[in-house]
Amino acid sequence: MAFGGQEVVKGVDIELHAGEVHAIVGENGAGKSTVAKLIAGVHQPTAGEIRLNGKAVHLENPRQAIHLGIALIHQEPLTFPDLDVAENIFVGHQPIRNPLSGIDWNSMRRSAKAILDELGVSIDPKARVSDLSVADQQMVELACALSHDAKVLLMDETTASLTPKEVAELFGIVRRLKSQGKAIAFVSHHLDEIFEIADRITVMRDGEKVGELIPSQTTIDELIRLMVGRSVDASVKTHQTVIDAPPLLKVENLTRTGQFRNVSFEVRPGEIVGLAGLVGAGRTEVCRTIFGIDQPSSGSIQIDGKKISVRKPTDAMELGVAFVPEDRQHEGLLMPMSIEHNATLAILSKLAKFGWVDRKRENKLAREFAEKLQTAFRNVSQPVRELSGGNQQKIVLAKWLLTEPRLLILDEPTRGVDVGAKDEVHRLILQLVDQGLALLVVSSDLPELLALCDRVIVMHEGSVIQELNRDEATPERVMQAATGQVTSAKGGPI
Amino acid sequence: MKHREIRTLALLLIVIVGAALRAPRFIEATSINSILLWAPLLIVVGMGQMLVIVTRGIDVSVGSMVGLSAMASGMFLRSHPNTPLVWGVAVALLVGAALGAINASVIAYGRVPAIIATLGSLSAYRGLIFILSHGVQVDSNDLPDSLSRWSSEGPIHLGGVTVPWLLVAALGIAALAAWFVRRTRTGRDIFSLGSHPEAARLRGIPVTRITFLVYAITGALCGLAGLMYASRFGFVNPGTAGQGLELIVIAAVVIGGVNVTGGSGSVVGVLLGCFLLGVINVALSVLGIDATWQQLVYGSVILIAVILDTLARRSAMRTSGAI
Repeated sequence: MAFGGQEVVKGVDIELHAGEVHAIVGENGAGKSTVAKLIAGVHQPTAGEIRLNGKAVHLENPRQAIHLGIALIHQEPLTFPDLDVAENIFVGHQPIRNPLSGIDWNSMRRSAKAILDELGVSIDPKARVSDLSVADQQMVELACALSHDAKVLLMDETTASLTPKEVAELFGIVRRLKSQGKAIAFVSHHLDEIFEIADRITVMRDGEKVGELIPSQTTIDELIRLMVGRSVDASVKTHQTVIDAPPLLKVENLTRTGQFRNVSFEVRPGEIVGLAGLVGAGRTEVCRTIFGIDQPSSGSIQIDGKKISVRKPTDAMELGVAFVPEDRQHEGLLMPMSIEHNATLAILSKLAKFGWVDRKRENKLAREFAEKLQTAFRNVSQPVRELSGGNQQKIVLAKWLLTEPRLLILDEPTRGVDVGAKDEVHRLILQLVDQGLALLVVSSDLPELLALCDRVIVMHEGSVIQELNRDEATPERVMQAATGQVTSAKGGPI
Repeated sequence: MKHREIRTLALLLIVIVGAALRAPRFIEATSINSILLWAPLLIVVGMGQMLVIVTRGIDVSVGSMVGLSAMASGMFLRSHPNTPLVWGVAVALLVGAALGAINASVIAYGRVPAIIATLGSLSAYRGLIFILSHGVQVDSNDLPDSLSRWSSEGPIHLGGVTVPWLLVAALGIAALAAWFVRRTRTGRDIFSLGSHPEAARLRGIPVTRITFLVYAITGALCGLAGLMYASRFGFVNPGTAGQGLELIVIAAVVIGGVNVTGGSGSVVGVLLGCFLLGVINVALSVLGIDATWQQLVYGSVILIAVILDTLARRSAMRTSGAI
């Protein structure tokens, strides 16, 4: 399986047996969801095959998969909010008794009720799906799968948006389905849950299967070792840590209801602080709040020891904060516009005289920075969409460096860029920190984070669960904390 | 009835009572007859527009499609004076369906945004009317009497009020539409597509085919409405036939509770919306309000309906804790 020329998963062998829950685990980006989507026909494999009851099947789309009894339950339920529960379950195969009277709504509602009863959930078949909780919407999706008489159920991070009580209910249902002889694949990175529900665990790393374990014969520690199982990337050079300076950024008990809670940490000039955690731990949300995109519910942000209030990103920019978002295509760059226009976007008001942009200075500044960052381009009027991922990332960096920031926040700075460009971005980060910038880096690439950062702050379900210095931060310790295997210093569930 | 339909009904009653209090002439037979003649056109075109808006689309070319169908069928009846009227119906339907199919191809297969595609055909089809007719209008003595009897006669007479055959036909089409959207899988697919296009695609709903269908149906309905237009006005002028109808129809559909963000709407709501716009149209002229104000009123109706929907959705999200 490959995306954009890069293989996402390769050579994965996996067997799902009737009456068995098979967990697929791995770090962010290990390829576990991709495996589920391949089996469900959402993506098509470039090599290898899928066999159902021993017979090879070719799945062009999810519909073919569901007709063969393979159904995928998504983390964010793919339901129809404006339609009622019964119809959501029977979309595309509503019961029709005779063509003239058409869809038999009463019989559809009765069948829906029967399936929901069998699942043991009390959802009114006439309720509009937009009025249901996420957990109930997942039940509707599950009921839809059962209405097609699905034999293989693939659950992709289905517990990620559920409360503990809802997870317990879901597990009751999963056990019942298992006893009915369904083959269940359960994709998750919550290790506790996996030990609770799984009969077999496939561990994935970097798109490959690295092991298959039986829960009763293994431990969480062994699982984590398999998940991270890499030595720290030695090619990244470290830098001289400055410890004495007073903190530039100090975040205290920062809370945003529903996203993160009581987050406290400091970043000093000349220091790189990393935010580690699994997808959904609240790392990006903390960064967005510091930059003023979102407003905190409580807690404080201090810069140079002074409490500040940032209501919008321009407030943060004036205080010398810059934020390079994860999603370059949508948040960082205007793809059809030229390199120079993109690079100077954040400082246009400084370049302007009486409302007119000084084009000569714009061109000169953009050229200087793009060259300094060793960006490969024909000329600065070239549209950024023609550049490679790594070079696009450098233009985003150039844009923010032109604002002359003192605190630079980077969210997944090397996601989707090739190895060479990754090295250059790393070198640039180290160069910036040596110039005395304070850096806050969010990355799911653990080796990268450990190599770059002076300190790593690990978040788990919206709280800071552990803070590790460079010498304490091993992949195993970070992953243990990120999966909630250590007790939190403070806070509780959000 | 759902709460949006009740809202439209309440609005309808308020406008009727308000207009009647200001000008008693409003509840006389002449005014009521003009409302009953205005509504059928809106209803027939509105049923198509409803399907389109439910899929998150829009068709602003309906006025030109009505005009071109009216002109084509009018010219056909002029050159074949003794032919049965059913052939006129066939011509109108075919022309409308063909025009709708052109829109549908561009939108469903060419993946051009509906607003741009139909804005283009709004102008192109109007141009075709002039080319086809050489700028000459079809006069009332060119059209068969049987056609005008659709408007002047009907099954029910009450005092001076006549329920015209046009309205009977329009209500028949509304009933058919209600059956289609509620009782057929294709009809339901339209709603699931509008409710969540990505989920619809993953559930194997033929998204492209459904998109094509709603614009083609709208074209065919505009064809029929074109003939109804010729019946009601008795002549077809290349410049004015169906001109500006898109605004009134979209206003009727939106105030009738069809959500512009797709996925929901009902035939009953659209019917009420069409009567409301018919009542407003006649009330404005009975109250002696200058015709130049009508544009402002129709536009405001659309804006008010959309703003009310947005506010309702936002407060619903707030109570459910989604914001």
